[in-house]
This record gives sequence, structure tokens and C-alpha cells, in this order.
Amino acid sequence: MIVFQGVSKHYEGHGSALEDMSFEIDPGEFVSLAGRSGAGKSTIIKLLIGEEKPSKGRVFFGQYEVNKIHDSDLPAFRRHIGVVFQDFRLLPTKNAYENVAFALEVAGRPQREIAELVPQVLDMVGLGDKMTNFPNELSGGERQRVAIARAMIHRPEVVIADEPTGNLDPFHTFEIVKLLEKINQLGTTVVLATHDKEVINSLERRVITLDKGRIVRDEQKGKYILV
Amino acid sequence: MFTIISRIFHFGFKNFWRNGWLSTATIAIMTLSLFVFMNLIMFGVVTRAAASSIQDKIDISVYFTTNTSEDQILSIQQSLQSLSEVKSVDYISRDQALAIFQENHANDPTISQAINELATNPLEASLNVKANDPSQYGAIADYLNSASLSPYIDSVSYTQNQDVIDRLAKIVRNVQTGGFALTILLAIIAGLVVYNTVRLAIYSNREEIGIMRVVGASNSLVRGPYVVEGMIWGGIGAIVSLLLIAPGVYFVSPYLNEFIPSLNMFQYFYTHLAQLLLYALLFGVGIGSFSSFFAVRRYLRN
Repeated sequence: MIVFQGVSKHYEGHGSALEDMSFEIDPGEFVSLAGRSGAGKSTIIKLLIGEEKPSKGRVFFGQYEVNKIHDSDLPAFRRHIGVVFQDFRLLPTKNAYENVAFALEVAGRPQREIAELVPQVLDMVGLGDKMTNFPNELSGGERQRVAIARAMIHRPEVVIADEPTGNLDPFHTFEIVKLLEKINQLGTTVVLATHDKEVINSLERRVITLDKGRIVRDEQKGKYILV
Repeated sequence: MFTIISRIFHFGFKNFWRNGWLSTATIAIMTLSLFVFMNLIMFGVVTRAAASSIQDKIDISVYFTTNTSEDQILSIQQSLQSLSEVKSVDYISRDQALAIFQENHANDPTISQAINELATNPLEASLNVKANDPSQYGAIADYLNSASLSPYIDSVSYTQNQDVIDRLAKIVRNVQTGGFALTILLAIIAGLVVYNTVRLAIYSNREEIGIMRVVGASNSLVRGPYVVEGMIWGGIGAIVSLLLIAPGVYFVSPYLNEFIPSLNMFQYFYTHLAQLLLYALLFGVGIGSFSSFFAVRRYLRN
């Protein structure tokens, strides 16, 4: 489903972020990308959603070759993916309901379907009673749950989470990880980038460990081990 | 398609409402610029009225020797009227000239007495010629000075007033071109101010634009609501600027009327209200949506 073939990424004047990286992720997998900040986790995600293009190599997502998608086709491509960020990236002028609904609205889904689906998903992430709250009226954990609801509501093939727990305390971190596991159980592929040892060790799933832009370990049921 | 368009308008109105402060500030700048724009239109009306009232005061008079018959004068009048440069020709007979003269000097007993003592009317008949354009008086004067007419004509006032007429003609021309240039210049400045304001408003939304794109919003769905917002800003700005300018026109109108009797500013404003509103809306909505469109464009890459 996701394939990286000999991918390198160099930033001009900043050296290389990725060096000759190859790996595959199958449908339905739950994969953690582990490593210190600067190891290349975020670069992999940016390449995956077409925010940046590789300097060398190819990136595939399903039938798409991501590095060849034209700018104007990127929006449609991104509707196959749900992304969760460390800084939540909710729209501040929209309330929780509208933020989640937005992912369906951009896909041109009918209003009736949106009105039915959004409360269900918000219920699922435990925010059924805070649908009309704006992001600035929600706690960090609640915001991230809205973001997760938005990332999954359009039933993407993959949910990508880039340090989703980076801004959260241990209690809320655990909540978010539980949610991601739940999404995975529903059949969605999950890619989780994190440097949180506790998170990775509690998951007991596949771990790709990165260091200085290279893969140093790729294990099923991996642990977080620093080089 | 319809869903997308209705969502664009829905998002546009909602953003406008929820970005209350940003909207207020942007509308204030819009209003100010449109206020300048409306003033320029009114200024144009005043300069045109002033120029045409000056133009109206310029004419040349042809005085005929006292032994020229009325028929001859009338035939000259007809030949003058056939000239393309000539706007109108008024005939003032010797009797009329005397009557006007007496009326003008009714309060001056010495002059009235002197006139009464004369046995014959000393005044000459004249033709009062107005040109379409002040610069054409030279050509008309040349025609009058031609050899075939010289036996009948005593004098042509242009020859005496040439300097003044030319200078007035120049002033009229300068006022018109200067006013036009000033209007264009200020309209461009107002446009740039609005463009920059909208750019700042969009700049403060750049992160949201990025978020929308990551979630998978197409360019038109990202951009559309901002364009709608720009249109709302411009529309409200247009209406508010007209509301601001109305009392100003009402107070200034009587004073302008003293200088330029032919101009009733308030009445002009009132009768052209629909047209002015249309201009303001075109300018406001046009520049608002245009600015949004281009300001968003730079954030739509990637």
C-alpha cells in the first residue's frame, strides 16, 4: 500500500534529511516510526502526503506515485489520507462539529450524510457533548480528539499521525493511542511517528527506527531502543 | 457543483461573521478608500460644472457699422450659424442695445441724461457668438475678419480680449485634464490600499489555508470563501461610504451653488444615487474579490 523506493531528501544548505530509504507498509498495518527529532520522521510524512517531493527515489501510495501527482490533483489525493498533527491544526473559526464536517464537505459529500456521520464520530472520540465548542474552548487532549475525528471521518485508507501526543500529558497520550488502535482495528492502516518510548513499548506493533535519515531497525512487535 | 458553490458562499458568510474584528477593520479601510473614490466622482462633477460655467461666460461680439442694414446682419448671422465651430449666435439690434445700456445705467443720472440729449441712437447692432470649444474662437474671429465682411463690421471683441479668452480656454482645459489625472491617480492609490489590506487579512489566515489543503480541500473551495468575504467587505464598504458622503454633499451643496449657479450638487447626488451606488459597488466588490483572489494564490502552492 505504501512503498518507499530508495528515497533521499536533501534540503539545500541543510544537508540530507533522508538517505536511500526503502520500506513497505501493507494495508491494515499499524506502524510506528521511532527516532529522535531530526531523525527523518516528519520528512517521511511530508513526502507521503505530497507536501514535499523527494530529491531521489519514488514514493507510492496505493495506485498513486506521490512524487508525480500534479499540484492541482493533490487535494483529491489527500482525501485518501487522514492526517493528525502535533499542533492539532484545527480551523480556529470553526467549532468541533464544523472542523470534522469540513473533511466531508471538501469531498463534496451531501449535507444529510454529514449531519448523520459527524455526531457519530464525535461520540466515538468522546466529544459528543462538545460539538459546538470552538478549538480555543477545548483542552489539548480534546483538540487532538477532534483532529482524529476529522482524520478518520471520511474513511481514509491510511491515518497518519505525526507526533500526535507531543503536546499532551501522559493521561491524554494514552487516550489518543487507544483511539489510534481502535481506528486500526476498524481496518485502517495507521502510521504513527513518535519519539515517545512509553507509547511505542505499550503498542507492541511494528516499529521502524530511524536515525540520521536512515533505517536502523525494522521489527514486528518492536521496542523503542536508541542506538 | 452546486453543493460546492453553496458551501463556498456559506463558508464565506460564516468566516465574515466570525472574523468580526478583521472584517470590521477591513471594511473600515474599504469604506475610507471608497469614500475617496466617491469624492473623486463628485469632484469630477464640480470641475465639469465649473469648467462649463466658465466656458459659458466666454463669447465674442461682432459690432456692425451703423449703416449696415438688419437684413445684412441677419444673413451674416445665418452664415455664422452654419460654421461647425459655432454653438450659438444671438442678434442684438441697435434698439435692444440701447435698452440694455439704459437699464445698466439707470442709476447714473449723468449718463441717462447724456443719452437722452442725443438725437440718434449711437449704439451699434451686434452678434453674440459662442463657440463649442473655447479654443475655436480664433478661427471664428478669422472668418469675421475676412475681406468680404469687413465693410459691415466695425469691430470684433475677440481681437481686444484675445489674451483673456485664450487664458480662460487654457484654464478650462487644465482643470479638466488635471481633474481627470488626479482622479485616476487617487483611484489607483485607493485600490492599492484596499489590496494591501486584504492581503494582510489573508496573510493572517495563511495557516488555515494550509490546514484546508492538508485536509484535501480543492483550490476553489479554499479560495472561494475568501473571494466571497472580499465581496462582502466591498459591498458593505460601498454602502457605508455612500451613507457617509450624503450629509457632506447636503451641507456643501448650497455653498457650491453660490460659486457655480448652474450646479445643484445635492440634487445631482440624489438623482444619480442608483448610478453612484452601482459605481461604488462595482469598485468595492470588484477590488475586494480581485484582491482576495490574488492574495490567496500565493498560499495555494503545495
